[in-house]
Amino acid sequence: MSAWKEFTKGFIKENPTFVLLLGMCPTLGTTTSSINGLSMGLAATVVLICSNCVISLLKNVIPDKVRIPGFIVVIASFVTVVDLVMQAYLPDLYETLGLFIPLIVVNCIILGRAEAFASKNGVLLSAADGLGIGLGFTMSLTILGSVREILGNGSVFGFQFIPENIDKILLFIMPPGAFIALGFLIALVNHIKNRKAA
Amino acid sequence: MTGYILVFISAILVNNIVFAQFLGICPFLGVSNKVSTSVGMGAAVLFVMTLATTVTWLLYNLVLIPLNIAFMQTVAYILVIAALVQMVEIILKKVSQPLYQALGVFLPLITTNCAVLGVAILVTQKNYNLLQSVVYTIATALGFFLALVIFAGIRERLELYEIPEAMKGAPIALVTAGLLALAFMGFTGLIAVPW
Repeated sequence: MSAWKEFTKGFIKENPTFVLLLGMCPTLGTTTSSINGLSMGLAATVVLICSNCVISLLKNVIPDKVRIPGFIVVIASFVTVVDLVMQAYLPDLYETLGLFIPLIVVNCIILGRAEAFASKNGVLLSAADGLGIGLGFTMSLTILGSVREILGNGSVFGFQFIPENIDKILLFIMPPGAFIALGFLIALVNHIKNRKAA
Repeated sequence: MTGYILVFISAILVNNIVFAQFLGICPFLGVSNKVSTSVGMGAAVLFVMTLATTVTWLLYNLVLIPLNIAFMQTVAYILVIAALVQMVEIILKKVSQPLYQALGVFLPLITTNCAVLGVAILVTQKNYNLLQSVVYTIATALGFFLALVIFAGIRERLELYEIPEAMKGAPIALVTAGLLALAFMGFTGLIAVPW
């Protein structure tokens, strides 16, 4: 049952974006639409699950003193795999996400999970942890992407529900809108948390 | 020569690394509580970024390309940057104690600063020569420095105001950053970049 607990904590209690505020660069940089946010989240999830599994298998092999460089090499290898696969099969998406695919390497969520969880737990728990945190990250990115797409373009997942001739708040798909939308989403999460506590 | 100056100004104001390219957000939000710490962080980033881009440029063009293993770029770059940061820390400790005290605490944080790796990869993608790379990197780092110091100044003032409970901390910081980004958008179209 504990694997289930590790899996679910990433969605709300330890949500990497809204609660822990990790991995801000891809969160802000790629969420111009829901589909972009979703794909970025999934790419990071794949890397996170693979690196968590391998690191938890290697935890007794990697000497303690060089563990961080060791983790980084493992993560960087998986990022290269994802990078090359996306370049080959999803060239359009690769073009949109651009620099943020190789930059998954320095995403603090992934190194953070390796250090805090995978290097201390077994394979099954680490995989559950990676899947949970990864999907929590994906969910947050999709929500932020959707909010920005709805406000800025009047559509969600490319489905246009506000007619073309009505003005939208274009600001929200431009860089400043990313900061503002995320700020208010986190404020909303804080507000709900405060009310629960009171 | 004009080309270099235009690219220099453009990388600071128009394509600011924080506000237009979303790189280096973690240190931007993390160490911007005080102007004095943000100056230290900015200086450390300027130093490491310039060094890192120079070394990765040489690595890419003299090692990865001749050996035909350009796909190893990400792995090679991050290792070089991690090693470089360690080395800078050790050398600084030996050579200049005051400088180490000013920059030392920020150095370990820089390894996971995506701006450093991001600029190294950007420069490779844009096929810059060595001089162009260095100029572009210095300008980008100065842009980061500028954004960080302005933001820290605003946050110091923000401490004095009463804000709603839910907006305290990260949310108000993000909204402030959004308004700053809006201000920087005013520079759009100021300069046509030659390369």
